[in-house]
Order: sequence, then C-alpha cells, then structure tokens
Amino acid sequence: MKVSLFITCLVDNFFPNVGEAMVRILHHYGVDVDLPESQTCCGQPAFNSGYVKEARAAAKTLLDAFDGADYVVSPSGSCTGMIHHYFPQLFQDHPIDSARARALVDKTFELSQFLVNILNVTDVGARFPHTVTYHPSCHGLRLLGVKDEPLQLLSHVQDLRLVPLTGANDCCGFGGTFAVKMHDISTAMVSEKADRVVESGAEVLVGTDAGCLMNIGGRLRKQGQPVRVMHLAELLWEGMQQGKVVSR
Amino acid sequence: MSTEKDAIQVTTIVDRSRLALQDDFLRGAVRFTTERLRGRKAASSEELGNWEAWRERGRQIRSHTIAHLDYYLRQFVDNVQAHGGHVYFAANAEEAAQTIVKIVEKKQAKLAVKSKSMVSEEIHINKHLQERGIEVVETDLGEYIIQLAGEMPSHIIIPAIHKTRSQIKDLFTAAGATNLTTDTKDLTAFARRALRDKFLRADVGMTGCNFAIAESGSVVLFTNEGNGRMVSTLPKTHIVTMGMERILPTFADLEVMANLLPRSATGQKLTTYMSVITGPRRAEEADGPDELHIVILDNGRSSQLGDDEFQEVLHCIRCGACLNVCPVYRHIGGHAYGSVYPGPIGAVLTPLLNQGEAYQDLPYASSLCGACYEACPVKIPLHDMLVALRRRNVEQGRTKWAERMAFQGYRMVFAKAGRYKRVMRLARKAQKPLLRQGYVESTMGPLMGWTESRHAPALAKSSFRERFQSMQQAWRRGEDGGDQV
Repeated sequence: MKVSLFITCLVDNFFPNVGEAMVRILHHYGVDVDLPESQTCCGQPAFNSGYVKEARAAAKTLLDAFDGADYVVSPSGSCTGMIHHYFPQLFQDHPIDSARARALVDKTFELSQFLVNILNVTDVGARFPHTVTYHPSCHGLRLLGVKDEPLQLLSHVQDLRLVPLTGANDCCGFGGTFAVKMHDISTAMVSEKADRVVESGAEVLVGTDAGCLMNIGGRLRKQGQPVRVMHLAELLWEGMQQGKVVSR
Repeated sequence: MSTEKDAIQVTTIVDRSRLALQDDFLRGAVRFTTERLRGRKAASSEELGNWEAWRERGRQIRSHTIAHLDYYLRQFVDNVQAHGGHVYFAANAEEAAQTIVKIVEKKQAKLAVKSKSMVSEEIHINKHLQERGIEVVETDLGEYIIQLAGEMPSHIIIPAIHKTRSQIKDLFTAAGATNLTTDTKDLTAFARRALRDKFLRADVGMTGCNFAIAESGSVVLFTNEGNGRMVSTLPKTHIVTMGMERILPTFADLEVMANLLPRSATGQKLTTYMSVITGPRRAEEADGPDELHIVILDNGRSSQLGDDEFQEVLHCIRCGACLNVCPVYRHIGGHAYGSVYPGPIGAVLTPLLNQGEAYQDLPYASSLCGACYEACPVKIPLHDMLVALRRRNVEQGRTKWAERMAFQGYRMVFAKAGRYKRVMRLARKAQKPLLRQGYVESTMGPLMGWTESRHAPALAKSSFRERFQSMQQAWRRGEDGGDQV
C-alpha cells in the first residue's frame, strides 16, 4: 500500500518528530510512504481569516502534490478537516480543480482514522507505562468526525492509564489567527484547559493536532508545569519501541 | 437603534471582552449556569433518543418554511385577521417601536407588563414607551432583575445569567425588599409579590412569539414562570412582537419544535407553559384580551432571504444552546458582544441585521471550534457563517492594512514550495536571538499576545522534509533507519 504524507506546515517546521514517528508507524505496517515535495499548507490560516484567494493559492499546492496519490495521510485533524470541509467549496468555480478537490477529499485521512479504519489496526503493540489524558481537537472532532479512533488506539496500549480530562471537548483557544487577534480571550481559554490538564493528574497530554498541542503545551511550559505534551503518533511510536524491549 | 448602537460601538469586542475577563463574578456565574444547562441538554436529548434525527427533521422544517416564507406569512396573517387580530408589518426597529407606541397611546395606557422577548429588546421598546411616560415592567424573573439593574440581557434564554444571587438580593433590596436572604425561594417570593400588583393594574400586555402557526394564525409562547399567561390574559390589550421568520406551517411542525426547543434551551422535556393564542378573547370565553395586535418585524431579516450563505440564519429558534457550549461566551459572557443577541448566533446575526460598520468585528470572537453547530437543534452552520462574514469583511475592504499585507506575504510564501522552503530556512536562522532552551519565551510585535501567556516552540533545526530525505537515503542503503520494532 502506498501513502503520500500531507505533513502540514506546523509539523514540517516545528514538530518533525511527529512526522518521523508517523512514518515509522506506517512503515511498520508495510506501508510505502512518500512525501510529495510541492505541498506547503492547506490554506487554513488565510481561509479562516476570510482571505480566500490567498488560501486557494496555498491549497492548490496540495491538489498538485497529491494528484497521483492513492492515500493521503496527515497528522492533523484540523488540516484534514480543512480539505474535507472546505476544499470543494474553495475550488467550486473551477471545473477541473473542483473535481481534483473532491478526489482529494475521498482519499485523505487523519492518521488515527487511517490506522483504525483503513489499516484496521487498533493495537499497535505499544507499551507506555504512564498516566495520560487526551484532548480531542475541535476540528478533528467536529469537521472531520474523528471520535473514537484515538481512544481505541490508546486503549490498547499496555500499561497506559488514561485519565479523564474535564471539559475535554471544549476548545483550547488556539483557533489559528484567533490566538493572536483575540489573545485575551484565547488566553482565558488556554489557561482553563491547562489547569484542567494539571488537575487530571496526567503525566502526559496527548492529542492529534500540533496546533492545539503547541498552544496548551506553551501555556503549561510558561506556568512551569512538568506535563509532557505529545502527539498521538509520538506516543504510539515511543510505546512501540518500549513494547519491543519488553517482548524480547 | 442608531444612538445606542453608536454608543456601544465606540468600543470593540476586544475592549469589551478585556473588561469582562476581569470580572470573576460574571465568569463564575456564566460558567456555573452554562455547564448546568449543557448537562441537562445532554441528558434530556439522550432520553428522547434519535437526537440527530430530530435535529435533521428540525432543520428540514425550518428550511422549508424559510424557503416559502412569503406564502406562510400571508397564510398566517390571513388567519390572524380572520380571528379578529390586527397585524402590522414593520420594516425596521424604529417602525416597530412607533407602531407599538401608537397602539399603547391610543389605549391611553399607563402601565405595560411584558413577558420575555428578545425581539422587543431588538427594537428597544421599553425605552420608547418610557420616553412617553408609560411605565413598562418586565415580568420574567431574569428580565425583571436586569431591568432593575438597568442592563441588557446577557443571554437569549437566561437574561440575568451573569448575576450572582447576592447581586440579585442587593437589586431587590434597592427595589424595596426587606430582610431578604440569597435563598431562591426568598428571592422569587419578593419578585412574585412585586409583580402581582403590576399584572393586575396593567393596561397592556406585551409578549414575543416563539412560533407563529400559519395554518391557524396562532401565536405560540413557551414560558416557564407563568408570567406569559398573566401578560397575555389579564390586560385588555395584548401586543405581540415577532420576527418575520418565527413562522411554522402547521401544528405537526410545532410538535417537533416543542421537543427540540426546551431540551436545547434548558434541558426540559417540555416547557412548563406552552400557550397557543388564536385571536383575542371570543364572546363565549372568560379570559383573554379584548384586542390582539401582532407586529411583524423585518429589520434586516428579508435581506438574508435568497442569500446562499446566510439564509439559514433565519432558521434559528432562539434556544441559546450555542451560547451554552461556546468557549468564548463562557469566558466573556453576553455583554461583551455589545449587541442584543450574544454568543455565536449573535456574532452571526448582529452583523447581518446591521448593514453598517457597527458590529462587523463580532465574527472574529470565535476560535471556529464548531461547538455551536454541534449544539444547534436545527443545524445552522454557524462556524461556516462566521468564516463567510470574515470573508465579506475582506471583500468590502474592512480589514486592516497590516493584516492584508500579512496575508499577501502568506500567499507569496505558501503558493510555491521552493519559496516556502527558502523562507523557512531563513526564518530558522533569524529566530536564533529569540531562543531560550528551544523556545521563544517573549516577543515584540504581533505575536506578543501569544507569548505573554504562552511559550512558543522554535522552528526545528531541520524541517521534516529534510529529515525525510535522510530517512529515505538510509532505507535505500538498506538500513532500517530505526523504524523496525
């Protein structure tokens, strides 16, 4: 099976470890991974601020990058949600690109969706002996409908103790440009989220979107809280390596 | 509403939210109540079962009605008139207020009692009547509280959501109560005593309208305190104000809404009082007003008809569920929106109903998390509309120069992968002076708002795409590159 990575601009530039973990997990399941070079960004920062032309210029790089792909897999529910929810509309006036956009929607998946629903994997054979809490990111949850997949994967990780996060489904206050434009409100939101992460007693916060994790993690670090913030791919891959040590 | 609007719009949503964020009482009160309402909604909709199917049916009914609004409005008006009611169309808030003032003055009324109605807030009817020397008393408990406080409602369903019990006790004491405690029974008992006298003396009763049934010409009111029935039966004249989109074709449609609205609003299976008013009192009836006047308000609504992006805003049944789940509303409350309608629905509706520059900043008060859409009992895509309103601001040249330049820059960089890679390489070098242990802990300029409350990660030493190349090279050499478990 061949998968093209839609790596997202955040993971590409800020969190390459997430990309690496994702590639290694996919490789483990015999998936051939490539990274089409012409991709940049899904256009969401511009689109959500109302700059449609600017968004389209970035989004077009994804249409070009993934024309020939069988599957496109991304480490972000938000960026995948952008493709699913808005690309058809973004390219609706262009007959060829709108067909390409619809084709892209059909073959694009967020990582946990791809693992659980396409590869039919729920147990990656990982061991992660830590207390973990999970923040479901809004766009993954609501635009894309990623609900159980990350939890199914986490529930099979050996020795992982998942603790509930109060108000888990509440937004962390990132919202892209919102965090800059309305930073007072955003700060109130992320403070509450960070407090709740700390209250949960978890050693590790896990999520499926680098933007939210950057936001919550940045707040926790500012407050000097020792909670480790991980993308689901990082946690699973680290756990898979630990699982190996134990089984041998 | 121009004078008030101008006064409010001296400030922006940013200024107003900053004030609200400093008010711990307000934030505590809003958090407490919205959380309780969310829990009740979840429980009551689960108990009903098939909630998604109910929502979809609700959406279909509203969609059909609004698509044929002209037809159903005509049918409604004909039926009201056939039952002896009077109907007035008002193009805007001013016209609606003047129409009502005329009716009230013709009756030589001294005292008008009101039950809760958002549309009456929209036309600022209290102010208009009081200026003519007519006493207006709000009889919904929450509305009564904020009337005493001289404020606007801060929630569509719970107008005084931002008030704590002890603040309410103080307001009631200032209004003449003695020896009050903060006990709910005590507080409501005072309001009940104070309002009873008003009900009995009122010349005019004023209500809103939750739904207007076209097939019968009936006005349907959903209330919980019984005050709506007092207002609509005791005074000799009953004036209904309704937005032109309140229509439902039939009673069968009302059944669906009667399931959706109370559950979404307060988590009740059924509203305590559902009153169906068809015409004024008939000869053989004991209760009811001699006259029924219905003022149907447009005020920017008809401009949304036929608009692909925004027509659905007229589907709203004013349940307030989107407020209760909104993380922005949760932290800033309703007054920070500066508009009659707060929360996600207010951030969409207000800039649509007010065509000028005022309120065009409201659509930015959202992280676009989509909780509003998920909560909406008639599935209005509020998050999409917020984005569309921002796009409209860009198209109409309302955004700041610096922002436009920033997105021009974004386009330049992100339209071509080669340029993107070069710029990111440069940025990795340029960030070095800012770094502390791999993080950016403080900045100047536009990112200051971020770093004031959060550390920002540094751009990684090498990008993922560079790393992927070395991983591929390792695979080609036959090494596992560390990916074997």
